[in-house]
Amino acid sequence: MVKGIIILLNLITFLFLPFLMTGIIRKTKAFWGGRYGASIFQPLYDFIKLIKKDFVISTTTSAIFRLAPLISFASVITAAFFVPLIFGNAIINIPAGLIVFAYLLALGKFFSLLGAMDTGSSFEGMGASREACFTSIVEPAFFIIMASIMALSGNYTFESLSKIAENAGSYGALIIIFAVLALFLMVLIEGCRVPVDDPATHLELTMIHEVMILDNSGPELALISWASGMKMLLIISLIAKIIIPDGNPLYAFYYLIIVFFTSVMIGTLESSMARIRMSHIFEFIFIMSSFALIVMSLTAAKVFGG
Amino acid sequence: MRPAAFFGKDWGRGQVKLFVVLADDKNGNFYTTSSLFRAGIKSYESISRVVPSFYNFEREFFEEFNIEPLNHPWLKPLRKNQDKYPFFKMEGDEIHEVAVGPIHAGIIEPGHFRFMCNGENVYHLEIALGYQHKGTENLMTQTPSNQLIESVAGDSVIAYSLAYSNVMETMKGISVSNKAQLIRKLALEMERAAIHIGDLGAISGDIAYLMGASVFGATRTLVINTMLEFSGSRFGRGFLTLGGVNFDIDEKKIERALKTLDKVEIDVSRMVKTMLKNSTVMSRLEKTGTVSYERAKEINLVGMAARAAGLNIDSRYDYPDKWTKELGLKKEKFDGAGDVNSRFRLRYEEIIDSISIIRKIFDKLKEYKNEPVNSGYEVLNKENSKDAFVISVVEGWRGEVVHIGMSDNNGKLSRYKIKDPSFNNWYGLALAVRNNGVSDFPLCNKSFNLSYSGCDL
Repeated sequence: MVKGIIILLNLITFLFLPFLMTGIIRKTKAFWGGRYGASIFQPLYDFIKLIKKDFVISTTTSAIFRLAPLISFASVITAAFFVPLIFGNAIINIPAGLIVFAYLLALGKFFSLLGAMDTGSSFEGMGASREACFTSIVEPAFFIIMASIMALSGNYTFESLSKIAENAGSYGALIIIFAVLALFLMVLIEGCRVPVDDPATHLELTMIHEVMILDNSGPELALISWASGMKMLLIISLIAKIIIPDGNPLYAFYYLIIVFFTSVMIGTLESSMARIRMSHIFEFIFIMSSFALIVMSLTAAKVFGG
Repeated sequence: MRPAAFFGKDWGRGQVKLFVVLADDKNGNFYTTSSLFRAGIKSYESISRVVPSFYNFEREFFEEFNIEPLNHPWLKPLRKNQDKYPFFKMEGDEIHEVAVGPIHAGIIEPGHFRFMCNGENVYHLEIALGYQHKGTENLMTQTPSNQLIESVAGDSVIAYSLAYSNVMETMKGISVSNKAQLIRKLALEMERAAIHIGDLGAISGDIAYLMGASVFGATRTLVINTMLEFSGSRFGRGFLTLGGVNFDIDEKKIERALKTLDKVEIDVSRMVKTMLKNSTVMSRLEKTGTVSYERAKEINLVGMAARAAGLNIDSRYDYPDKWTKELGLKKEKFDGAGDVNSRFRLRYEEIIDSISIIRKIFDKLKEYKNEPVNSGYEVLNKENSKDAFVISVVEGWRGEVVHIGMSDNNGKLSRYKIKDPSFNNWYGLALAVRNNGVSDFPLCNKSFNLSYSGCDL
């Protein structure tokens, strides 16, 4: 019974928080821009509006185009079951959770790439190639970080993320810092935020993620934007799990604070810097890779050097 | 010397007369010549082979009169037959084409861009315009008016209206009071400052630098709202009229405007300095969209874009009126590399420059307090002088706006030729994008901010 309620609460917060996060990011941007900005619930209103709308479907597309948003949405939702959410416990806690998590997201992305290519538009093909390119660099970095931390405790579940401090001894603080920084960069990359992508632009030629969904409309578009918010939340959940000490009774409270703080950080970052040039994005993603390598060498030092 | 205009006129009985106006910027002279094509002569040897800067003019002439420039290197449709536009083709396994437009995202005018890319790298951009061709020049000879000319390029209302007024006033022999002349000059500089600030904001928006977009957006509003106070229109529509201007600017308005301009100057300077210090901004602006000095000269780039490439041409100073001297205005050389960064910095310098000119004009206006702002209804009754040929050049914010008016032997306006700076500069944009990332195109485009309508006419 209690377990059922916890799962329910987990799901409700997970489904609702992405809207709030987007709202907070936009509000922060409005604040730095000297504007009042829309209500932080605006993304939710937009979602409801889109759900009520009809589809407009290009005649050049096939069934894949219709299937893609559903599969990528379903894959993100499923991936959420394997990640420690608001109460610090994954709903399904299995040793291979990391692999399942990463490849469920990859599956979703694969189908969204296919969906974009299916339209036959030169824009969307371009966006898909960009997205595929950047993802292929992010993925190894993510695995290196997660696997290193898990190797530290020998426990290959996400539970071990919160045990860095006790397992890594004097290296703990450094590992936590670099892992969190790397994951924060991953939030920016996967969430298509500035400086990697510009979610607010209307210029197709500069887009990465947005250009892939140009042909999607109505409820499908609603699902896609919801899913991309969830994806950010999932990575932030991992950050929270790393930062918040194990077994903290106020886990949910700290979790919400971290989500809020990360959103404000993203909004502030977006207001204070320009987007980097497309050809330099690799270098930006390699920052994440180098942080990952630092985490790996620190854990290696601990594991092999004592 | 460079071509300022190159156009034909129907000379009756199947004959066409070709007029060429060359601008000598160094000495401040225009040279005009003409040549008659008798009925039946349907071709001539293209000049563009020798002087590339004629290439667009020859395309225009060919399209209007069907007289073919033989061996023209790039004889493609300019304004008509866009559906049959023969696009340049590149072949290769790795080459892909990206077609953008004619309908664009956002509320802008139509135009088709075709990129030939290798991955993210642009080899060549071909720009096909003409979607807005509406016969403006013919309309002008039928119903010439300030209202019509103001609508040709909506962001250069004052420049167009001023060029038109100059042509008609010279043709009709209408005098304009000193006060009205000053107010016109003031409006022109206001327009320059407003559009430049707006474009700085647009450039910031394109690189997702929000702070810049907000600050420049807000300051631009201050400038155009001042214009609203002066003329009842934020873009100065209806401000200018034949014989002067429609609205006087009194002391109170001047005082308010001065205060606003102080604020604008401070805000814009602060933001520009912040941006030039921000490494992420600079990495986007520097070495993006470069048009070298040599290329700029070769293709006859004009105005702001040319100055950013180090070409020191500015018709305000190259062909000065009496106020240039009386207000003590001096042309300053801008040391630019022709990239987006140069255009960004130049725009900033021109904003500051325009604000200082506006201040000087406000000061000067006091001397002519009691003059009328226009010469009233007598304007309507004046006949055009017969067989006139009038050239008017106004340096709008984008560059030189050239208007040429001709009257027939009854004194009726028989040909009105408009040359927008965009007509020269669109090809500059195509060159700027070469060897840049395709995702940098919008940024290059905004740094030029060319007019579709002004080119399509």
